[in-house]
Amino acid sequence: MRTILYIIQKEFIQVFRNRRMLPIIFVVPIIQLLVLVNAATFEMKRINMAVVDLDLSGSSRQLTSKFQGSPFYQIIGAPFSYEEAEVLMQDGKVDVIIQIPNGFEKNLIKENHSQLQLVVDAINGASAGLINAYSTNIIMDFNREILIEWLNPIQLGGIRAIKFDSRYWYNPKLNYTTYMVPGILVLLVTIIGLLLSGMNIVREKEIGTIEQINVTPIRKIEFITGKLIPFWIIAMFELAFGLVIGKLLFNIPIVGSLWLIFLSAGVYLFVILGFGLLISTITNTQQQSMLISFFFMVVFILMSGLFTAIESMPEWAQLLDRINPIAYFIKIMRMVMLKGSTFTDISSLFYALVAYAALIISLAIWRYRKVA
Amino acid sequence: MKKGSTDIIIVKDLVKKFGNFVANDHLSFEVKRGEIFGFLGANGAGKTTAIRILCGLSLPTSGDLSVAGYDVYSQREKIKQNIGYMSQKFSLYDDLTVFENIRFYAAIYGLSKKEIVQRADVLMKKLQLEEARNKLIRDIPLGWKQKLALSVAIIHDPKIVFLDEPTGGVDPITRRQFWEMIYEAARNGITVFVTTHYMDEAEYCDRLSIMVEGRIAALNTPLALREEYQAKNMNEVFLKLARAQTEEVA
Amino acid sequence: MNRFWGFVVKEFLHIFRDYRTLLILFGMPAVQLILFGYVVTNEIKDARIAILDQSKDETTRKITEKITSSGYFRLDRNLHTYSEIEEAFKEGDIKLVIVFESNFTRKLERERQAHVQLIGDASDPNTANILVNYATGILNNYLRTRNAEAIPLQILPETRMMYNKELKGVFMFVPGLMAMLLMLISALMTSISITKEKELGTMELLLASPLRPMQIVVGKVFPYVFLAFINACIIILLGNIVFGVPVRGSVTLLLFENFLFISMALSLGVLISCLTNSQQLAMMISLVALMLPTILLSGFIFPVENMPKVLQWLCHIMPPMYFITIIKSIMLKGNGLFYIWKETLILVGFTLFFILLSVKKFKIRLA
Repeated sequence: MRTILYIIQKEFIQVFRNRRMLPIIFVVPIIQLLVLVNAATFEMKRINMAVVDLDLSGSSRQLTSKFQGSPFYQIIGAPFSYEEAEVLMQDGKVDVIIQIPNGFEKNLIKENHSQLQLVVDAINGASAGLINAYSTNIIMDFNREILIEWLNPIQLGGIRAIKFDSRYWYNPKLNYTTYMVPGILVLLVTIIGLLLSGMNIVREKEIGTIEQINVTPIRKIEFITGKLIPFWIIAMFELAFGLVIGKLLFNIPIVGSLWLIFLSAGVYLFVILGFGLLISTITNTQQQSMLISFFFMVVFILMSGLFTAIESMPEWAQLLDRINPIAYFIKIMRMVMLKGSTFTDISSLFYALVAYAALIISLAIWRYRKVA
Repeated sequence: MKKGSTDIIIVKDLVKKFGNFVANDHLSFEVKRGEIFGFLGANGAGKTTAIRILCGLSLPTSGDLSVAGYDVYSQREKIKQNIGYMSQKFSLYDDLTVFENIRFYAAIYGLSKKEIVQRADVLMKKLQLEEARNKLIRDIPLGWKQKLALSVAIIHDPKIVFLDEPTGGVDPITRRQFWEMIYEAARNGITVFVTTHYMDEAEYCDRLSIMVEGRIAALNTPLALREEYQAKNMNEVFLKLARAQTEEVA
Repeated sequence: MNRFWGFVVKEFLHIFRDYRTLLILFGMPAVQLILFGYVVTNEIKDARIAILDQSKDETTRKITEKITSSGYFRLDRNLHTYSEIEEAFKEGDIKLVIVFESNFTRKLERERQAHVQLIGDASDPNTANILVNYATGILNNYLRTRNAEAIPLQILPETRMMYNKELKGVFMFVPGLMAMLLMLISALMTSISITKEKELGTMELLLASPLRPMQIVVGKVFPYVFLAFINACIIILLGNIVFGVPVRGSVTLLLFENFLFISMALSLGVLISCLTNSQQLAMMISLVALMLPTILLSGFIFPVENMPKVLQWLCHIMPPMYFITIIKSIMLKGNGLFYIWKETLILVGFTLFFILLSVKKFKIRLA
């Protein structure tokens, strides 16, 4: 037991003596939070539009100004032909082209319906879907205005309507930041924890000090635990740090219990650090270790539900996600921080993490060989 | 330890293979308690392989080995409580101070807090390192580092200390001082097992085993070896043996 | 020159003997492409919903059936009181609750108006927004068919999706994936491999050899050019064969731009290794200064236009954004050099700048 304390002491001295690493360990999380929170958003803020108005009627102008009036849309150009508009799109200057054909107003009056074309740059499929929905909505709005303007109340009376009352619980303003911060906090502790632990033992292998340790009667469990705890403390500190920054800068809600957040984080970190140490014991160079850590990290993060919902993934991916610790912890963090879920609500997730931690640390201890 | 045994290390038919390469080819020898036992040989003769096996860092392919009375296959952790080890690869932490290194290794060997402070003080005084107590290892000269590494390797009073090419790259004066430290350890009852490729150092050993291409070509006291091969010094003995081996292979 | 090639061969052997690293280097593009192709998607499928139906009449039953058969939603449970909603959300799996008011059909027919409440779990605002919109769409559709008489004065918008008809997510991710992997192999791996020689002291040996310093650096870097290039080809091929991501423009131009980006990343890697002494530090700097911008500040996953102004400026001083723009332009839009000469020049500029800077740093170290 005493031996563990001395290993912890040594690791701490080494971390804090490294004048160049130290700022990175503590500056990285701030940069990550600031950049990620602001950059990681699917919220559309500005849609660049080209209007090809071949009708040049009152209605077509009215529709154009409707788009102009929307805070989302920016009319970039009003070329005289569709070909010109497409060049703008090729060049990446516009996201959507609306083409109002010749005779638009006339057809509407005479034949009771009229067509127009939307052409969307769909390289980013998700944005394209949203642009289409927004544009269609504006056109439908315009349609409704025309109905009210041009028809009498009796003609309108025959139409049945369902009134919608949409409510957004837990985040009524659909603030994306609120949603991202808990996930980003998870990333923060994961990246620091995995990289520090993943490169630790293998570094001692590379410089040769591991031999000197292996020739002592130290027990494997003592060694691994001694390596685990310093990084655990650092990562927990980072989490607290991140929570404070999130609270001060982004005013994120913490609805649930802080204790529950730290309790689950504590268990989760054992999983991640155990994983890092396991990688460290099976690799021979820091380069290998970095590459393997990076690989698993990217896969785990992409599948974690941080950016896209787990429910929309195919069945096999959802099955695979059962062994993705990041997915568990992001879910816990969001439930507790945003919805105020209690221990009973997250208990199955929590116990899964506990089992995971026990398994992965045992594996790391088992894989750490004192004999080459 | 077995009662009445004077051999602290017993090796019978040690073989170590890496794939097809035979690093240790049927080594057999005994080391007596309290002696300074040397392994002399060129680079790649299999000295380091053998020493790593004796320390429990590597497993032999076959053979019977006992160190300090414990079996190398099944009681490695017991062995480790009774030995010290200093490798040719530098083994102190560059980014820790002199005192921190001593404290760390002493603690791993289970010394109490009081013992750690006490022994660290004695040790630093003896090495005249008191002023460098709080200096980082990377900032002190190589010779000091080597002497410190040896002191750290025996801080827990082991029965045997294994030194793998301990004086590589060190100036002659420091080497002399280093050997004085080895003699002192031996006087205190520690068996010393040392590998070297310096012929003059070989002369300092009580008994010497000359390794050529994975095999023990000769084993005796330096004096007896010189007489047997009618040589003026160790260098000649070694060259004769090496030549004989090459001819045999040819 | 012979000596130089001997050195290059030695570097190749170092890399190719390390089968674990190779496995990951070549497995990574495949695995990530599959993840992006199948897993990372914003499409909504089988989202779990709960329904609180206070009418249980013909209309609400029909609407429920329409909603559950749409493929977007899966009915997880029926609720009976308002108080159950909170509970359903907290357990975590229900994303949307639909509430029908009582006497739904009667109100719709007599008063020509009935009320539906859509309650989304907006702790995930993106999904909530989309689900509410989808549900609204389905209800509106139902209503249109029920309003049998034609609605007058209809505007019918017709949408065409350019470059990516089926709105596949992979189209967007392939260029970004290339940028990320090329950056990883070229910059990260080289900087680590060079600092390793420094850390272990073998760099001194190399510098003391008759090889000229420039040859050493080029020799170390050369195998990675090769690896990175192969990786880029794997991504293009796999993307094309498995997911149908096209190469509409010139293949030669595409490969040339890849080569340019690899050179840029390598010179950046060399620069980093000139500035650092430990692998850990090199890795951390690479991760923060290279991977973060490549993944986040490049338009890889999140569109640059959506970001705040400050971050947009940051994106513009980072090379990956230009590379991704170029690749999208060539592969998906089929553009030629005419559309991308500006971006290409900027990349050339970055490359020269990094090379000059590292040569300067290297000379200072030697002096």
